[in-house]
Amino acid sequence: MKKVEAIIRPERLQAVQDAMDALGASGLTVTEVLGCGAQRGYTETYRGARANISLQRKVKVEAVVGDSMVEAVVTAITGAARTGEVGDGKIFIHPVDDAVRIRTGERGDAIVRHLQPEHWGH
Amino acid sequence: MHRRTRIRFAAAGAAALALLPLTAHAADTTATQAAGIAADTVWVVVAACLVLFMQAGFAMLEVGFTRMKNVGTVVAKVIVNLSISSIVYWICGFAFAFGAATGFTNSLIGVTGFAPSFHPGSTLNLPILNAASTAPAAAKFFFEFVFCAVSLAIVWGTMLERTKFIVYILFAIPFAGFIYPMISHWLFGGGWLMTSLGAQDFAGSTVVHLTGATAGFAGLLLLGPRIGKYSRDKKPNAIPGHSMPLAQLGVIILWFGWFGFNPGSTLNATNLHFADVVITTNLAAAAGALAAMATIYRLQKSVDVGMIGNGAIAALVAITAPSGYVQPWAAIIIGAVAGVIVVFGVIAIDKWIDDPVGALSAHGLAGIWGTLSCGLFTDPQLAAFNGVGQGGLVYTGSFKQLGAQAAAVSAAFVTVFALSYGLFWAIRKTVGLRVSERHEIDGLDISEHGMWGYPEQFMPVPGGAYIHPDAVAEPARHLAGALVVPADPVPGEDHVRNADHAPTAGGVQS
Repeated sequence: MKKVEAIIRPERLQAVQDAMDALGASGLTVTEVLGCGAQRGYTETYRGARANISLQRKVKVEAVVGDSMVEAVVTAITGAARTGEVGDGKIFIHPVDDAVRIRTGERGDAIVRHLQPEHWGH
Repeated sequence: MHRRTRIRFAAAGAAALALLPLTAHAADTTATQAAGIAADTVWVVVAACLVLFMQAGFAMLEVGFTRMKNVGTVVAKVIVNLSISSIVYWICGFAFAFGAATGFTNSLIGVTGFAPSFHPGSTLNLPILNAASTAPAAAKFFFEFVFCAVSLAIVWGTMLERTKFIVYILFAIPFAGFIYPMISHWLFGGGWLMTSLGAQDFAGSTVVHLTGATAGFAGLLLLGPRIGKYSRDKKPNAIPGHSMPLAQLGVIILWFGWFGFNPGSTLNATNLHFADVVITTNLAAAAGALAAMATIYRLQKSVDVGMIGNGAIAALVAITAPSGYVQPWAAIIIGAVAGVIVVFGVIAIDKWIDDPVGALSAHGLAGIWGTLSCGLFTDPQLAAFNGVGQGGLVYTGSFKQLGAQAAAVSAAFVTVFALSYGLFWAIRKTVGLRVSERHEIDGLDISEHGMWGYPEQFMPVPGGAYIHPDAVAEPARHLAGALVVPADPVPGEDHVRNADHAPTAGGVQS
């Protein structure tokens, strides 16, 4: 199991979610985050005073997937989130020791296995 | 239906007036007088209610320019100050401002009519107000009281987001009971600036706005800036207010209320002058908003939302003194100049002291400009109509009126500043002006009032997305005993129920 953690532009979230749905990745956690990187901030003007905002609004998408799915998920996110401009974000891949489904107590790889898209609906 | 009835009455009234010279019975004359008194009274009370509604404008303007953690204290302050000034102005404020006195005393203050009683149509010994209008004393009292409340509201815009709540209470009493009434007597009530100098202030650019802003300035010097306003290199930082829509709603409410403030200051409906004042007031506000928009665009290449509103307010403040003395073309100039002054004023003052809503510029600098502008633009015919002073520089070529206006501004500023600085100094020595640094960072809503203005912004609310542990549904807990894999210790029911043990209850860590 691996956790794929992608920091993306907020406006690309729907495209990333659609791409991962198409793969059958079974779950996402989405968090609104602030961060900085190569993309610099912006300046707000307020009644003649300036505020340099060095942190940009981004969205963090986390998905825990089976080892065999990692490359496909990374490709899907990269394709959906890229605009070609500085500020498209990054993807980090972490190892995951174990997983528990709270409802049933099931453990391990089985609970992050991929479903075929027809198994759920939007 | 209603409209047609009213027209019929109006036609009958006009016919009666036309016949009046022919049938000049005493009874008819008395009836006409009674109708005139009723018209004056209705107008004065309606105008006063419009001015009272300006409290909502100040509340929204200040709330909009405040951060979310400090909004509750602002609205609480507005209501408490309105209440304090209501009672204090009745006890002694009105008497000091408009009561009668003789000789030297009268040049400074009135001394009759403390805690007045009222009966239907009753009058009091109010030398200046009785000459202006036939409305009964109660109507005049209420109209003058709402002006006092506006002046007090202006004091605090400068001191938002770090002032102890008790300060609002302690300062409101002497301000509404003495400081404002004295300045009001000088320019409205027959005091030395009005009678000896002939200084013109139709509705209070100096009396109401400059007085409030000057008291705020004195308090601000002793209070200091908000944490984070200035960087170590002394550069001012923007601390954006949380809601531009609320701030601009406040501007529009104030603009609306100003149609009571200026036109109502005729205290008189039957001489019909109030309709002229409506026009000068509105034209000035429009010119001020547009001038501020153009000025801030020239300076920072963006159309600043807050500055447009500040421009309208500054223009309304400026036109307050000349509104009954000038023609529409002059009102546009006065408003436009105020719109430019407020932008440069806010930016210049911001480099030095922390005035979150720009009250020192919009009420102070624009109040000074508006008072002086009478000396430039007062129409001699209107000066004669109002019976105060003479025409301005552009009509007469004389600097006399401008000199009187400058003297009024200086006298009011020096007096209010000295008294207010002394009072705020005494308050700082005793109970203190500022909340602690910890409380300022936490926000005044929670530290001073124990509750948030916007609770869901800062804490989980029962019934909201984050539910209190006691509210968890029963079936969810029963499932805990039916876990498929009992590798981890299964928590007992008691632990799950007890919020204090929540971290261990889950057993996730072990």
